[in-house]
Amino acid sequence: METIIATQWIMACYVDDVPENGGSCIKHGDEQIAIFNFARRNEWYATQNLCPHKQQMAISRGMIGSAGESCEPKVACPFHKKTFSLLTGECLGEEELVIKTYPVKIADGKVFVGID
Amino acid sequence: MSKPTIIVVGNGMVGYKFCEKLLARSTQFQIIVFGEEPRHAYDRVHLSEYFNGKSADDLSLSTLSWYTDNGIALHLDDPIQEINRTEKTIHSLKGVTLKYDYLVLATGSSAFVPDIPGIEKEGVFVYRTIEDLELIKACAVNAKSGAVMGGGLLGLEAAKALIDLGIAETHVIEFAPRLMPRQIDSAGSNMLQMKLSQLGLQMHLNKSTAAITGDKKIQALRFNDDSQLAVDMLVISAGIRPRDELAKLAGLHVGTRGGIVVNEKMQTSDECIYAIGECALYEGMIYGLVAPGYEMADIVAAHLTEVDKSFYGYDMSTKLKLIGVDVASFGDAFITEPDCRTILFEDTHKGIYKRINITNDGKYLLGGILIGDADAYNMLLQTVNNKIVLPPDPEDLILGSRGGEANAGAGVMSLPDDALICSCEAVTKGAICSAVNEGGVTGIDGMKKCTKAGTGCGGCVPLVKDLIAGTMKANGQYIKNVVCEHFDYSRQELFDLVKISGLKNYDLVLDHYGKGDGCEVCKPVVASILSSLWNDVIVKQEVIQDSNDRFLANIQKGGTYSVVPRIPGGEITPDKLIVIGQVAKRYGLYTKITGGQRIDMFGAHLSDLPLIWEELIDAGFESGHAYGKALRTVKSCVGSTWCRFGLHDSVTFAIEVEDRYKGIRAPHKIKGGVSGCVRECAEAQSKDFGIIATEKGWNLYVCGNGGSKPQHAQLLATDIDKETVVKYLDRFLMFYIKTADQLTRTATWLNKLDGGMSYLKNVIVNDSLGLGGQLEEEMQALVDTYHCEWKEAINNPSMRKRFAHFINAPDEKDPHAQFEPMREQVRAKEW
Repeated sequence: METIIATQWIMACYVDDVPENGGSCIKHGDEQIAIFNFARRNEWYATQNLCPHKQQMAISRGMIGSAGESCEPKVACPFHKKTFSLLTGECLGEEELVIKTYPVKIADGKVFVGID
Repeated sequence: MSKPTIIVVGNGMVGYKFCEKLLARSTQFQIIVFGEEPRHAYDRVHLSEYFNGKSADDLSLSTLSWYTDNGIALHLDDPIQEINRTEKTIHSLKGVTLKYDYLVLATGSSAFVPDIPGIEKEGVFVYRTIEDLELIKACAVNAKSGAVMGGGLLGLEAAKALIDLGIAETHVIEFAPRLMPRQIDSAGSNMLQMKLSQLGLQMHLNKSTAAITGDKKIQALRFNDDSQLAVDMLVISAGIRPRDELAKLAGLHVGTRGGIVVNEKMQTSDECIYAIGECALYEGMIYGLVAPGYEMADIVAAHLTEVDKSFYGYDMSTKLKLIGVDVASFGDAFITEPDCRTILFEDTHKGIYKRINITNDGKYLLGGILIGDADAYNMLLQTVNNKIVLPPDPEDLILGSRGGEANAGAGVMSLPDDALICSCEAVTKGAICSAVNEGGVTGIDGMKKCTKAGTGCGGCVPLVKDLIAGTMKANGQYIKNVVCEHFDYSRQELFDLVKISGLKNYDLVLDHYGKGDGCEVCKPVVASILSSLWNDVIVKQEVIQDSNDRFLANIQKGGTYSVVPRIPGGEITPDKLIVIGQVAKRYGLYTKITGGQRIDMFGAHLSDLPLIWEELIDAGFESGHAYGKALRTVKSCVGSTWCRFGLHDSVTFAIEVEDRYKGIRAPHKIKGGVSGCVRECAEAQSKDFGIIATEKGWNLYVCGNGGSKPQHAQLLATDIDKETVVKYLDRFLMFYIKTADQLTRTATWLNKLDGGMSYLKNVIVNDSLGLGGQLEEEMQALVDTYHCEWKEAINNPSMRKRFAHFINAPDEKDPHAQFEPMREQVRAKEW
């Protein structure tokens, strides 16, 4: 039998809570989620706020940008500049670190994050 | 038709390299590899690095999946027991029997263990495999003293390993009258011995060991002269023995003193069986280095694919760093007069010995030895190998050009195209130059990918870099450091472009001059350029600032921030001190006096920062820019107002200078100092700019720094008045801001500046570029537009809103930011 895991969409914040081409952090229960407004590409991303490198709650304060010819969207942790793909959460450096990513939806000036 | 099967016996460095070389030439073979060790091939040359924290994985030459990806069947921990040459089969310990078309023996060598009574005792080791190293490591835990038998190259490596393992007393025992007898002469050995004993190694030459004494475990060494040496452990490194037992059993021809006899195609007495590496004996010689082993591997790969290539012996020149001492030996190192002429240089003060042997007519270099300083090795080796005609004063080769025009760099380009630059991978100068000319390679990483040059021992990397730069220069290509993948410009070029175009925000700069969506490298660079040019409030473009600039504070462990108000010149009133105390107390901050004469408050939550600054600004404080690539502090001594030695009022001058340059963004942080007399209590000569009072005025020093590579500031001008100091400082700082690469302190900038200090002096003092007036104006514009960033931030509601950890719960603090008590204050919890 097939099991369907429904994604639950939570209202995270308002669009203008997150600076253009930057990030903010929201609280969802005990979870901290970093939300990025990639205005330059008209895209939104969400990841865990914890940087797995030194266990710091700081990803949302990092700079975003792109890597390589394919313009992979990425974020750099402000502590030691470990960079992670915003699409897959994988570390783009040599480390085998990975962060969780969440789907994002925008409606009526509100930002929704999908939690499973 | 099925592929011919090649079985490789041995998975060491050379056995591995053979697979790689063969795959590069053809995929028409079925390759099967048997290794005796439990690990796949690893780097034995850098084995001692295993003790400085490198793991077995770090030393691996490839991943395990490399073998399967390339269709190689790998049998580890399974030595071959028998070769049946008539059936053309091999039989392994684990019972595998396989048929081969060709067999490659890369069985290597084992440590030669002399037959000395007591050799079997506990605490006696050889130094060959990772397993040996693990045994040594385990024993070293309880050992206070250790000895290495053998003062050759490997023996000294082993001695270094013992030092790295923390053995307080390490001895080297050598039978010959000198160290490294195969590579260096006795004068060189004396110098090396002197350097090594300074590092705590005890050398015993001319000693032959008669017995190893002790009950079950080693306690001492007894020598032929009846002297004794008490040691807790012994590592034997007395030479190598080729592993030829399997070949011998199969009836192959072996040398009387060991080694499988091979011809110039590396074929043994059975033409279907090859031998390569340290097990092979070519014209009576065993080649105990990795580079000739790789060359042998390539010759077999060539022969199997019907390419004509032969082995003609190999240059055994070596360069290595032994316990921090450079040692090199090249060409014919031992030839003596009257067969040649010899030039010697000896400096016992610095521990340098250099010897070169030249032909009697003075035309050609034959060989030589370098101890203590082997920078010239690559070029000297090329001079020997390519029979380059020597300059009229060949001593310049080891002493450097003294006086007159220096001709550094011209050397590499004069090499012939077939000069072998990377001997590990057999890459010639011609191949490197054409990778630049036709392959578009512009850096060492690209070169490694394109030609593999520099990927072996790495010794040729400086030469390869010089060749890349030389070739690009010859083509008129401009060599520059680009900012990152998004901007194909140096910082200086980008600075000029932004200035000319008048662009004022990052996205526009990226659209005009860059590509992609930017990154954490170019964003702060452009932010700094925009600030240096237009001096707008940086938090208006918060998302392109480094985290510290974004929140105008320094992020610390745990994600809290530290706060540093400006205390110009280190002068502060009691009232202001009280305010700092009150603020720190109210917000639970840890306080510490910094090296720059101010007070740092740690542990501030993001949401508390605006509240803290509101109080500080009310009391008359301003931002200290401790978070920015900007002027930090101008340190001062107490000066003539109180000090009985002071010549001028250094505190007042420091405050004036700090107030003038505060808030200005630069490629890196800037620190200054002002001292009231020559005693230099402000340590101004360790700063980016330092001002020291003289009887007649002030001396101005520039381009010093502390940090990881301390450098003294250099004298720019002498006995000048205050106005001239400020004029020169305006010019100097602005020139630096406009031309330096990102994240380059003034000292590094000066080191890279063509013409160095004399050029800088010309530009700043003599105004040789005619830029003086412009630089002063540009600086004045920045001074006139100064603003306190914190004042702007707390008075602007939308900027202020960003200082919250949770945007959907702005009053809540990050529960992950945690503290522990320490000496009546708090500290961040360890990560």
